[in-house]
Amino acid sequence: MRLLNLFKIAYKAIILNKVRTLLTMLGIIIGVASVIAMLAIGEGSKESIRATISSMGSNMVTIRPGADDRGPARGSGGNVQTLTLEDYEVIKESSELLSYITPVVNSGGQAINGSNNWPSTIYGVYPDFINIKVVGLQSGSMFTDAEVKSAAKVALIGQTVVDNIFLNGDNPVGQMIRFNNIPFKVIGVLEEKGENTFGQDQDDIVVAPFTTVQKRILAIDYLNQIMASAISEDDAPEAVTQLTEILRTQHKLLDNEDDDFTVRSMEELISTFSSTSDMLTVLLVAVAGISLLIGGIGIMNIMYVSVKERTKEIGLRMAVGGKGSDILMQFLIEAILISVTGGVLGVALGLGATVFIESFLHWPTSVALYSIVISFAVCAITGIFFGWYPARKASALDPITALRYE
Amino acid sequence: MKKDIIKIEDLKREFTMGTETVHALKGISFAIKEGEFVTIMGSSGSGKSTMLNILGCLDQPTSGDYEIDRVKVKALSKNELATIRNEKIGFIFQSYNLLARTSAIENVELPLLYNSKVSNTERRERAVKALEMVGLGERLHHTPSQLSGGQQQRVAIARALVNNPVMILADEATGNLDTRTSYEIMSLFQELNKTQGITITFVTHEPDIAMFSSRTIVLKDGHIIKDENNDTILSAAAELAKLPKEDH
Ligand SMILES: Nc1ncnc2c1ncn2[C@@H]1O[C@H](COP(=O)(O)OP(=O)(O)OP(=O)(O)O)[C@@H](O)[C@H]1O
Ligand SMILES: [Mg+2]
Repeated sequence: MRLLNLFKIAYKAIILNKVRTLLTMLGIIIGVASVIAMLAIGEGSKESIRATISSMGSNMVTIRPGADDRGPARGSGGNVQTLTLEDYEVIKESSELLSYITPVVNSGGQAINGSNNWPSTIYGVYPDFINIKVVGLQSGSMFTDAEVKSAAKVALIGQTVVDNIFLNGDNPVGQMIRFNNIPFKVIGVLEEKGENTFGQDQDDIVVAPFTTVQKRILAIDYLNQIMASAISEDDAPEAVTQLTEILRTQHKLLDNEDDDFTVRSMEELISTFSSTSDMLTVLLVAVAGISLLIGGIGIMNIMYVSVKERTKEIGLRMAVGGKGSDILMQFLIEAILISVTGGVLGVALGLGATVFIESFLHWPTSVALYSIVISFAVCAITGIFFGWYPARKASALDPITALRYE
Repeated sequence: MKKDIIKIEDLKREFTMGTETVHALKGISFAIKEGEFVTIMGSSGSGKSTMLNILGCLDQPTSGDYEIDRVKVKALSKNELATIRNEKIGFIFQSYNLLARTSAIENVELPLLYNSKVSNTERRERAVKALEMVGLGERLHHTPSQLSGGQQQRVAIARALVNNPVMILADEATGNLDTRTSYEIMSLFQELNKTQGITITFVTHEPDIAMFSSRTIVLKDGHIIKDENNDTILSAAAELAKLPKEDH
C-alpha cells in the first residue's frame, strides 16, 4: 500500500470529523501554549532581576558589621559597631583585587528646601562611591578628596529628592538645602536609576562627603558599611575570601571565633535571587506541567474514543483488503497530522500570549527555546502514542469481530 | 469440467462464551464450481452467516479445510488473507457497511486504495465503471445519506465488483429491501453471473429469491440438510416485469 494513499485516507478521515479533530487539537494547543507562556514569565522575571542587580554594580563587594544572618536585603548593620575606618584603611592598603573602595555611613532624615521637605537617606562616602555604584551625574560634579578631608557641607541628590523639594523646576545645582538642619550646597544631581526589582527607589538618596555625615550628622566613629569594587566580576569571589582574611587578622579573631562582619559580593546576591526566581520558575513549570498533563489526558480520551467509535470502520477497511499495518499507519498519520498541527498552533498561541502579557500587563517575559521544544514534543508524543495504541489493538482484531463491534 | 472456486471439508466453527460452547457449524463439506450461483438458506441461527464469513476469509474455522481458488486458506498469514479478500472476494453485507459522509465513488474506490497495483487514474475509471454497471452512473458524488436503501446496496455491490473478484459473497443482501428492489438486485446478480461468469454465493431467508439461483444449500443447526440444483431457474428481470407497477 502506497504511503500517499494512506495520507489521503487519513486526511479524509480528519476532514470528516472536524469537531473531534478540533477538540483533540484544543487539548494540545492549550497545553503547549500554557507551558510556553508560563516559562516565558518565569524566565522573564529571572532575567529582569539579574539585570537590576547587574545595574547596581556587578563587581560590587560589601562589608557589613555583624555576623552573617543570610537575609538577602538587610538594613545597614543596625547597632553593631565592629567596623571602623581603620578597617577600611587596612583593606585599601593590603588588597590588590579592588579597584575602588569607600567607607559608608548613612542616616535617615529630612531633606529641606525652603518650605518643602522630603524624608530621605543621606550617605556619607568617598568619591569612589559613584564608580562602585556605577551611577553617573545628570549635572554638576562629584565632591573631591579635599572636600572629604575638610568635611565640606556639599551634597549630591537623586532625582526623587529633586522632584520633591525643587518643585518649581529650578536647577538644584548651586542651591542650598538642609538635611537634618545642617545646610548643604547641592553640587550635583545623580543620574536617574528608577526602582530596583525589590521596589526600592534608587533615586531617593542624598550623597555627601563621609566625614561630613559621620561627624556632623551622626557623630559616630564606626562605619555602617564598606563598599568596594572588585577589579572584575570574576575577581569578586576571591576578593570576598581575601577581605575576610584581612578583617579577621585586623579584628584579631581566634580560629574558633565567628566573623564579626559579613562580606558579600553582588555575585552571591545574584545567585540568591536567581534561586528565588528559579523556585518561581519551578512553580510555574509545575502549573504548566499540570495543564500539559490535562491536555495529554484530553488527547488520550478523544483518541481512544475515536478509535473505539471507528472499530466498525476498521472492520470494513479490513474486509475490503486493508492489512493491519495499513490501518495502523492510517491512524498513526491521523494522529501525527492532528498533533503536529495542534502543536504548531499551540506554539503560535503561546508566543501570542507572551507578547500580550509583555505589552499589556507589562510583565517581563523571555521565551525559552527549550520550552517550545519540550511542550511541543510532549504533546506530539502523547497525541501520537494515544492515537497509535488503541489503533494497534483494533488492527489486531479479526475483521469480523471489528465489524460486529457495537 | 469447471474448476472449484470453493472447496470445504468438514468445516467446524465453535464459539466459546464463558463456560458455554456454541457449535455454530458442525462439520460441513461442499464445493462450489466456477460460475455457479448458489443460495444458502436455513432458519435463523442455523449458521449461514458464520459459514459465509469463513468463506469470505473474515473469520477462521475452528477446524476443517478450506480452499479458495486452489489456495489453502489455513496456511495463510493475516496479511495474505487481506490480499485474498482484496483481490479474490467481493463481500456484500445486509447492512451495506458504507463509509458515512463519503461519496459513492469514494466508497467504491476503497478496495482499490488497498491495492498498490492500481494507479490513481485506473482506480477512478474502474470505480466509475462499476457504478455505471449497477446503474448509479448519475449518483457518483452522492453520500449514503443521500441514497435510498436499494441504491446504497448497489454502491456496496459496485464496491464488491470493483476489484474484479472471482466470487461474490452476499449475506442477506436484499434483506432490508422491498420486493421490487430485491428483484432488481437479483437481476443484477444474474446478469453479472451470466455475462461475467462471476461465482455468487448468496445467503437469504426468502424462498422466492432462491428460485433465481442455480443451486440451493439448506443449513439446519450447523449441518447441511439439503443441497440440490434448481431445475427451473427463474429470470429476475422477467419476474420484475410481472410485478404490478405501484407495488412499492
Ligand atoms: N460471535 C459469536 N459469538 C457467539 N456465538 C455466535 C457468534 N456468532 C454466531 N454465534 C452463534 O452461532 C449460531 C449461528 O449464527 P449465525 O449468525 O451464523 O446464524 P444465521 O444462520 O446467520 O442466522 P440469521 O438468519 O438470523 O442471520 C447462532 O447460534 C449464534 O448465536
Ligand atoms: Mg446471518
